[in-house]
Amino acid sequence: MSVSPEQVRHIAKLARIAMSDEEIERLVPELNAIIGWVEQLGEVNTDGVEPLTAVIDQKLRLREDAVTAGNIRDEVLANAPDAEHGFFAVPKVIE
Amino acid sequence: MAELTDKTIAGLREGIRGREFSAREVAEAYNAAVAAARGLNAYTVETPEDALAAAEAADSGKATGPLAGIPLGIKDLFATQGVATTAGSRILKGFQPPYESTVTANLRRAGAGMLGKLNMDEFAMGSSNETSAYGPVISPWRRKDGSNAALTPGGSSGGSAAAVAAGIAPGVTGTDTGGSIRQPAAFTGICGIKPTYGRCSRWGIVSFASSLDQAGPMAKTVRDCAILLGAMAGFDPKDSTSLDVPVPDWEAGLSSNLKGKRVGIPMEYRIDGVPDEINALWDKGIEWLKDAGATPVEISLPHTKYALPTYYIIAPAEASSNLARYDGVRYGLRVEGVKTLDDMYSATRAAGFGAEVKRRIMIGTYVLSAGFYDAYFTKAQRVRALIKQDFARAFEQCDVILTPTAPSAAFGIGEKLSDPLAMYLNDVFAVPASLAGLPAMSVPGGLDGQGLPLGLHLIGPELDEQIVLNAALAIEERAGFTARAEKWW
Repeated sequence: MSVSPEQVRHIAKLARIAMSDEEIERLVPELNAIIGWVEQLGEVNTDGVEPLTAVIDQKLRLREDAVTAGNIRDEVLANAPDAEHGFFAVPKVIE
Repeated sequence: MAELTDKTIAGLREGIRGREFSAREVAEAYNAAVAAARGLNAYTVETPEDALAAAEAADSGKATGPLAGIPLGIKDLFATQGVATTAGSRILKGFQPPYESTVTANLRRAGAGMLGKLNMDEFAMGSSNETSAYGPVISPWRRKDGSNAALTPGGSSGGSAAAVAAGIAPGVTGTDTGGSIRQPAAFTGICGIKPTYGRCSRWGIVSFASSLDQAGPMAKTVRDCAILLGAMAGFDPKDSTSLDVPVPDWEAGLSSNLKGKRVGIPMEYRIDGVPDEINALWDKGIEWLKDAGATPVEISLPHTKYALPTYYIIAPAEASSNLARYDGVRYGLRVEGVKTLDDMYSATRAAGFGAEVKRRIMIGTYVLSAGFYDAYFTKAQRVRALIKQDFARAFEQCDVILTPTAPSAAFGIGEKLSDPLAMYLNDVFAVPASLAGLPAMSVPGGLDGQGLPLGLHLIGPELDEQIVLNAALAIEERAGFTARAEKWW
């Protein structure tokens, strides 16, 4: 499979990265080279092979449903580019 | 007395404990060396007062841990409380974590101080340290052809590797997702170990590919790596994949006697295009391990050639998901002056991420998108299972595996930057162990014809860091690698 400029534009939109037409044009052959190369995995017979999700076999632990690091609102907001009234502030979403 | 900055961590520890010199003298010597080596661009932030404070605690007897008074360099991927942590990216400009990563907190508890934060490829995506927003790290090594061409220290832990090689940190933290500790260690003539996935907590380490990311130490010697890893590792309830198993005393377990051990030599690692001197060094490594009492056995890892393409689906996929958090809302850069929230996200990410990070986010987004997920991502997870199974079968026939660390010595800055695939291929020997979550280490083996370091690579079964360290020690004792980069900076 190979990607077209329209597809690359769509991927950039999904990834929320603004891109100029020149950037899209430059990325098309780069992405196609990488995609073409990873497609050699198609040669491998993986019938009946379960996808690996945990590389070292272990069970996910459960913990008590309790607050462990609460009451640190100001620390959480300390690095925000814009914070108001104890909240993260963003450009207006609703007209 | 030899220069303090030439000493190993074991040597510094002994000297401080025996009052041969004070921890303060050590910190001052390193702080001065760091300030005098800015031409290498290894540090992004210098924290001399932090190193001095840890030294005072050691000298006054307040700190008595195994690293009391030892100053370390910390890769900029580790969150350090109140000290800028940017992962080498513009998008985290100005970020000062209000918390400390578990690994660096463990090192501090052991008595270590911090010399500063170390430059790295942006979000650890790169094999040459050229993708950093701070610009490339220059390797202290130069080819002996008189050209004085600037070489890369490898990556992504390039600042870490250059700092140890240049004597501006006795030991450092690195992280390894697909070779980012081992390849730079090989390029700069130092040691570096990536432990079993889950040994070191990922909490407070900026995420790249969570199923692969592991922290580990880099230092001059195998013993120093054992000392540092012992302090870094340990169960952490804050990391859901942290292993709840005891941390062995790897330093106490060091032994270069490999009698009765079998060393696997994977035939699939004899690949075209690798320089003869690297294969010759590999053969020498086999002889050294035989001399230490081990028996070489030929093994097969049949899916080796599929490891890199598997990695370049899984790692970008996880990265595209992990890096979704950089949206200009909670921390770091925000591009102002755009109308909508969506435009703010897109403009911020366009301005904040570099070319390689964007490329990987795009690949990752593509392989995870509707209609392609199974063909790429699930397929890669299946092949990853086969790669892990290859190693499990191999370790029925051997106790440790020996390969070269990288298919080349250090290359020049700019040489591979225009060809992403050529850059990716430099991790061909490192990536399979990452996909299988196994402990693996690079140890210096010798110099190539240009006078540049080459590394040998040891891979062990899961949780057996000891055999990896011990085989590396056997090589270290026999290789007699004493070459150092000649100071030009």
